[in-house]
Amino acid sequence: MTITVKFFASLREEVGMADLHIDGECAETVAEVWQTATDRAMPANTLMAVNQEYVDAGHPVRDGDEVAFFPPVTGG
Amino acid sequence: MIVRLLAEPFDPWQTVQAHQREHLAPGSYGATALFVGTMRDFNQGDTVRGMTLEHYPGMTERYLEDISRQAAARWDILDSLICHRVGPLRPDDPIVLVAVWSAHRAAAFDASRWLMEELKSRAPFWKKEVTAAGERWVENT
Repeated sequence: MTITVKFFASLREEVGMADLHIDGECAETVAEVWQTATDRAMPANTLMAVNQEYVDAGHPVRDGDEVAFFPPVTGG
Repeated sequence: MIVRLLAEPFDPWQTVQAHQREHLAPGSYGATALFVGTMRDFNQGDTVRGMTLEHYPGMTERYLEDISRQAAARWDILDSLICHRVGPLRPDDPIVLVAVWSAHRAAAFDASRWLMEELKSRAPFWKKEVTAAGERWVENT
């Protein structure tokens, strides 16, 4: 089983990838997913979602989760 | 209660008329509050030639459906409609339509304003605009 990691907008460009999969054993929280998936520090204003619901960096993750990172939103 | 993401330009006025015909009984509503957001050709002092709207497929729809349900629970409204563009846009293109129907004006005004503010602050959309100097992500202000 794996965790699917997605990046959007400016964060996708900075990280250099739209999505990837990591081993579900590698991370217990959203913050650890970021550390496993990227080689940089998370920008302070980053928004996070697990399975398409907003969460905080300390939120636990499980095998099969979809974890997303993105910058502040600018729709409307 | 309908949420639609649109990849092609749309006419918000025709969309509202069609929605009323299909979903609202004549005589049932006394108030219709509309907000339409339209793409400007200027931002932060620069001429803007075009824009691309990125979104998070799946989460964006879920988020808009979630706030629509919250609005229906919080205010005495009959129906709501949210349409939002994605993909490439040009100046003067409508970006977003929020419409709310109710018996009396207060619920329609209040629910539509709340929906629009929630959409602006939390719905996962990102604007990238094209200026003479190139492309840039729009900053959240």
